[in-house]
This record gives sequence, C-alpha cells and structure tokens, in this order.
Amino acid sequence: MTMGKFRSPEIETASRHTMRIVQSDRLADMVKRVYENVPFYKRKLDECGIHPDDIKSVDDLKRLPFTNKTDLRDNYPYGLFALPLGQVTEIHASSGTTGKQTVVGYTENDLKTWGECAARAITAAGGTHEDVLHVSYGYGLFTGGLGLHYGGQAMGSTVIPASSGNTARQLTIMQDFGSTILCCTPSYAMYLGESREEAGIPLSDIHLKAGIFGAEPWTEQMRKSIEEKLGIKAYDIYGLSEVMGPGVAFECECQNGLHINEDFFIPEIIDPKTGEVLPDGEYGELVFTCITKEALPLIRYRTRDITCLTHETCACGRTLVKMAKPRGRSDDMLIIRGVNVFPSQIEEVLLHTKDVTANYQLIVDRVNNLDTLEVRVEMAPDMDFDAVRLVEEKEREIKGRLHSVLGLSAGVTIVEPKSIERSEGKAKRIIDNRHTYD
Amino acid sequence: MTINQLSVFIENKRGRLAEITKILKESGVDIRALSIADTKEFGILRLIVNDAQKAADVLKAEGFTVSLTKVVAIGIDDRPGGLAAAMEVLRDNAISVEYMYAFISRSEDTAYVILRVANNEEAVRIFTENGFKVMCSDEF
Repeated sequence: MTMGKFRSPEIETASRHTMRIVQSDRLADMVKRVYENVPFYKRKLDECGIHPDDIKSVDDLKRLPFTNKTDLRDNYPYGLFALPLGQVTEIHASSGTTGKQTVVGYTENDLKTWGECAARAITAAGGTHEDVLHVSYGYGLFTGGLGLHYGGQAMGSTVIPASSGNTARQLTIMQDFGSTILCCTPSYAMYLGESREEAGIPLSDIHLKAGIFGAEPWTEQMRKSIEEKLGIKAYDIYGLSEVMGPGVAFECECQNGLHINEDFFIPEIIDPKTGEVLPDGEYGELVFTCITKEALPLIRYRTRDITCLTHETCACGRTLVKMAKPRGRSDDMLIIRGVNVFPSQIEEVLLHTKDVTANYQLIVDRVNNLDTLEVRVEMAPDMDFDAVRLVEEKEREIKGRLHSVLGLSAGVTIVEPKSIERSEGKAKRIIDNRHTYD
Repeated sequence: MTINQLSVFIENKRGRLAEITKILKESGVDIRALSIADTKEFGILRLIVNDAQKAADVLKAEGFTVSLTKVVAIGIDDRPGGLAAAMEVLRDNAISVEYMYAFISRSEDTAYVILRVANNEEAVRIFTENGFKVMCSDEF
C-alpha cells in the first residue's frame, strides 16, 4: 500500500515513545492550569488528594477523576472555563440532558487546533488546498459547520459554507461551483444522493471525489449506498463539542476505524460501571482528556460512546491510536438528524403540558434517509377528547414546545391512557428502527 | 336542557368496535344513536344510549377511555328542508358547530339532531325561541 499524505507527519506517524512524551508534558501542564483556574477542578483534585505535581506522565491519568456532562450543566454556562470571557474567542453549544444547553468555548489557539484537527481529516480523505470543500453541516452553535469550515481554511482549500437544507440549491451549487469534497451528516449525504438520482443529474455533472460525514451513527451499508449515489469515497469523522467538535478523530483511506488526534485529546476506554480502564480491543466507554485546550480543558470527560481502541501502526502509515466506529451509547441519548436528543428533555416538556401524562414512547425511524422522531404520549384521564380539534390542537401545542426545546421537528400522537406497552411495569420508552449501529 | 353523550376514544386497532358493542350488549345498554369521527390515528365513538352513566362505568371498568359530554338534541321535521331550517337559525345567531349527527325516530315525522356547540345554554335558548323542540334525556 502506498503511503497516504499526512497533514502533520511528525505527529501522525510519531513513535509511541515520542507521543507519550508529548502527551505527558501537555497533561502535566494542563492539570496545573485547571487546578489554578477552575475552582471545580481544584475542589475535585483536592478531594481525591491529588496535587498537580503528582501528575507527571500519561500513566498518572487513571488517578484523575472523571468529568461528566452533568458537571457542565451544573456549572452552566461558563463555570468550567479556565479563562475569563475576554480571552474566549468563540462559543458553541449543544443540547444537554434537561433542556439546558451544554456551552463550550474556544480561544484563538483552540480554534487553530480545531482547524488543524479537521485539516488532518480532510487530508486523510485525499483533500488538498486545491479542493472545493462543500460544507452542508448546519452553521451556528452546532459545531459541525464551522468545524469543517476551519479545517478547510487551515488547508487553504476553497470553502463553500452552504450550511444545511434546500437540497435543490445544494445540488445546483455542487454542479456549478465544482464542489469536490462534501461535508455533512451521513443521512443528509444519503438524501442528497437520492435527490441527485431523482433529479436525473448524471454523476458526470457532479465533481465530488470524497465525503466527510459525521455527527451521527451510520452503518457500512449506508457508506456503500452513499458512495454509489454520489460517486465518492466516504470517510467517517468523529467529534463532540465538549471535547472540540468534528475532527477529534477521523478515518483514513483504510476505512476501518478512526485515528484519534491524541496529541490533543488523550483517549481511554473504561468500564462504564466501575470506571476501570480497559485494555486495547475491549469495548467500553470512551473518555477524553483535552490536554491543550485553553478555554475549556476537561479532564477524563465521559463521552458515553461505546467503542474500543487499538495501538497499531495503520496500513496508511499513521501511528495515531484508532477507535472503532462507536457501536452504541452508555446512556439513552439519541442522535436525530445530527441533533442530540435526551428522552429527559421530552419528559420535561410533557410533565409541564396539561391534559397529557408523562407516559410516552419515542419512535425513531429513517424515512427517505432522513431521521424521524415520533412522540407517542398518553392523554390524562380527564382530557376532553370529544372533538377531533381538541386532540389535534393539543398535539400541535406539544409539537411546538418540543421544537423550541429540541430544535427539532417531531411528530406527536396522543394515545389512550395505559396503552403504551409496559414491561415489568416500566414503559418501553425508545423504539429505534434505524439500526444505525453495525 | 342537554343530554349526556358517551364518547369513547379509540385507537385505530382491529376489533375495538366489536369489543365495545359487546360490552354494552352484555350490560343491557340500548344504543339510540351513534357517530364516529375518524382520523388517521384514532377515532371518537359518540353514543346516545338509554343509560349513559352505566355505559360509561362498564366501559371504564374494561379499560376504555370514555367521557360524558353534554350535547344539545333538537327535534326537526323529517322532510326536505327540516335540517336547513335549523342550520339557518345557527347561522343567523353565529353559533358554530363542533360536530353534529342526526337520526330519525320510529314514529311521527320527526328527526333528531345532536350538536356539540361551545355554549349549550345559548344554543338551547335560541332553538327554543325559534320554535324548535329541545329534547331531554328522558325523551330518548
């Protein structure tokens, strides 16, 4: 196999010895910074009886306490920032477990790191400064759009910030502007591919050669379909806003796992129940320590994604540790059209809606390659259902409230009391018919 | 002067109507009139019966979602234009109808119309003023 092209060969093909030195230095420095600047971490480390001077190498990582998504919520919005806002250049946010957003911040250097990480992903997908990067992730608080945008800029590529939606226009841009690399969610890539076929646009009018797809789980079968429908090679990209955004890990041409940018984010796999670190090849929860982040450096952040790691030199030549495609989550978070949805957010809305109960069921499906969410909720016994209008108005009211909380359009169906299936007394809350994990 | 209508919320599942009518049969409940509102997901079965409270109790006991709603019932002439006369009264008094259904009686030349409106008292008053016979439960 020929050697791939690397964005930063000295790091991407570094020996384990070199990588450990880089990581150890950065980790020690990071723990000092957070201890001095983030009261939350000072308290946590003090409680564990750890002094920053005790942390000398990556081997000491396992002594440090975990950070959970709830810690971000409890310190909403800026409580875990290690720098005053005056030094923070950009803010992003994603949905949290109870309606409150998870807020993340970046300094100028953090954004540079982000651009570097995304640029490594673009390079691994065969991109150069001559490519035209078509970014159809949503732009805004969501990290998808700007993450790949910064990557393209770092490459010196031509970036088209198309953002999401308006599929006909996307296809016109693709043809007329000569897009060569498409970046979006895999389900939207499928949708674009289907729409191209329906519109009768021949593949020869599409100049795409590669696609970088992430922000939601997808299967090998989807990959094949996307590759056929758009005439491209499809690459996976992984990230989460708490750690950075897209580009935390990326696929190379081998398409058999994602290389983690471990000079910035040290990964560990733990047993989600005991917190014990698991060896290579064993599946568990992925945990990241952001060793260079300035604005929001998190220690051992629990991603809730279930995957495993392998430290072997890849056929592409990279030595960066690889993670398998996540095969599930250790919590009940759903990713719908790239948006994080926690059942607790929906429950909260239902609890505060008159005439319905909090007995609900979420039915997630994929129709025409787009994720759909249907919320079935039991009416309260005293609801006046005697006119169709009353039921439909209530459904519309809930739909509107869900949209403002989730940022996502969901179908709502009001059903009879006690009609949602219960097993051992507990309602079966989530039915996911997408089969998005292989 | 309103009558009690029994409403049953039914999800669109096979056999539900058979189940409901069987329960009513076994309880000796006599159905005088019925209508069904249908949507994609659910239906609303509305019944005028001889004993609405009893029917509601037995259906509830069997796990059905039922409610009793006060509706207005009027008698109209069973001839072309009989219903039109009643509707003109509603139009002229700006009373909007949530739903309605009608049935004919066994004897006489009378038909009955069941209506759900926002304000029952007002509708009863206006119908009475305009010479329509407003029915009470005993009359069914």
